[in-house]
Amino acid sequence: MNSFSFESRAGIVERHPDLFRPDWWHRGKIAIGVGGAVALFLFGIVQLDIPFHRLSEGMVRLGEFVRLMLPPNPGSWAEVLKYLHALGETVSIAFLGTLGGALLALPVSLLAARNVVANWIVHLLTRRSLDTIRGVDTLIWALIWVGVVGLGPFAGILAVICSDFGTFGKLFSEAIEAADKNPAEGVRSSGGNHLHSVRFGLLPQVFPILLSQVLYYFESNTRSATIIGIVGAGGIGLQLAEQIRVLEWQKVSFLILLILMAVSAIDWISGKLRFAIIGNRAIS
Amino acid sequence: MRTAVPEFPEARLQELADRYEAAVAAKRRRVWLGLAVLIAAAIAAGWMGDVNFGNFVENFWRFPAYFVSIAPKFSFSTAWVDLTEWLWGLPRWTQLLGDTLLIAYMGTLTGAICGFVLCFLASANLVRSRATVFVTRRVLELCRTVPEIVFALIFVLAFGLGPLPGVLAIAIHTTGALGKQFAEVVENIDNKPIEGVAASGGSWLQIVRFGAVPQVLSNFVSYALLRFEINVRGAAVMGFVGAGGIGQDLIEAVRKFYYTDVSAILLLIVVTVMLIDFITERVRHRLLGLEGSAA
Repeated sequence: MNSFSFESRAGIVERHPDLFRPDWWHRGKIAIGVGGAVALFLFGIVQLDIPFHRLSEGMVRLGEFVRLMLPPNPGSWAEVLKYLHALGETVSIAFLGTLGGALLALPVSLLAARNVVANWIVHLLTRRSLDTIRGVDTLIWALIWVGVVGLGPFAGILAVICSDFGTFGKLFSEAIEAADKNPAEGVRSSGGNHLHSVRFGLLPQVFPILLSQVLYYFESNTRSATIIGIVGAGGIGLQLAEQIRVLEWQKVSFLILLILMAVSAIDWISGKLRFAIIGNRAIS
Repeated sequence: MRTAVPEFPEARLQELADRYEAAVAAKRRRVWLGLAVLIAAAIAAGWMGDVNFGNFVENFWRFPAYFVSIAPKFSFSTAWVDLTEWLWGLPRWTQLLGDTLLIAYMGTLTGAICGFVLCFLASANLVRSRATVFVTRRVLELCRTVPEIVFALIFVLAFGLGPLPGVLAIAIHTTGALGKQFAEVVENIDNKPIEGVAASGGSWLQIVRFGAVPQVLSNFVSYALLRFEINVRGAAVMGFVGAGGIGQDLIEAVRKFYYTDVSAILLLIVVTVMLIDFITERVRHRLLGLEGSAA
């Protein structure tokens, strides 16, 4: 038995040299990675011509804004009613947008799922068009729809429908492809046709997953619906952008508080609802 | 193999059948009730959101018409000339797209570093003080619930037009979002390495550095990459409020009815977003794969 003491580090180093030898290759890789990240950041500062000398002035001005925001004050009760109405519009935009997007996406996601429609051309085309729709931000869709149906929350609803259509189409088709195929085969073997196997073998399996995804997106759409008013598509974002532009800081902070409370309330409700309907299912 | 199929007397059978009927009926009632609530909510929301089908039907033609009007005019004989005419601003737009990517990158990196620092303070398994955890969590929540474009609007007033407010807005939003996700990862780690470092006399910083960080790093990078993907989309619209990037040109083209420019810029944005999605997905899969093989 060799006796060792933890006091002599030299002794341990001597016994296990390979544990203490620096791994230069590994360190080099880390150094290159970190160096590259820092270099890109510095390049960004130069390329974007970021005026860091303005940073301190800006911070001072920002502090001034925050000071002016306190205490939050909507002005009058008439204003409060107006803001609550705007908040209602925002929630409606999120709700109808999510619902409409989900309803439209369901049939298309069936087309995009390989185990429902085996034709690779259909699969490729639907997938790529869904990707394209998803690649366009909700704000851009809002801009387009404002041009079509005019200013107001209706344009916002249509914009959320469009961007959710892309997202849900992809998520739904992935859920459908991940479904167990035995029930569908069972339906076929007992004499059902292809549509029957989808209706009775596939949909009952994936429905809870889809529902959970829809509820989850309702939450996140409430957040994104608060801002599409910035391009004129209604809701509380319109009020917020207006008050920021006219520098009514107390109203701005009131509106931000209102949004925070509404979003956390909806998070809470939809969390409860999700739990009640389908249990605590993970969103992927 | 033989199994006897039990045959119940008629009365028992009837009872079972009735119970089945009742169960199905109850389920059906619940579904109908849920549907009724959903439809009522949809009608209320439609009233609130000024849904106007007349307007929709009347103006719907504008939607496809818009896409037709922004589509570039091509003819076979002059395809090359048409193409160059359509993409006349390509050098400027690619530069702006590069700016957008840089804004997203700088914002993500800054936000990820802040989120990295804050997430350990927001993890209940590393910090004894309930107050610290609570305060850090509320700060992170504030950072991520206020939409980034609202931050951008305010920052444009404070710092002036240009990419700086965009970068800061994305950084703050990313801090909130990543801080929360990071903290969730940290709370799920194995406690033994932490106890080991603590038992051999490590300070809090050493506990975090040698007990926690090695366990979570690959997950952190994967989340940060996913956030970068999201931030590229976000940065593309930052220009709407004057915070730099390609959004500025896009909103100008839309507002001034430079139709073919709209389609060209939209196409470039979509292609870039898809490319970034594709690349980051590859990298993330490799990272998660590495983690799987290490475990």
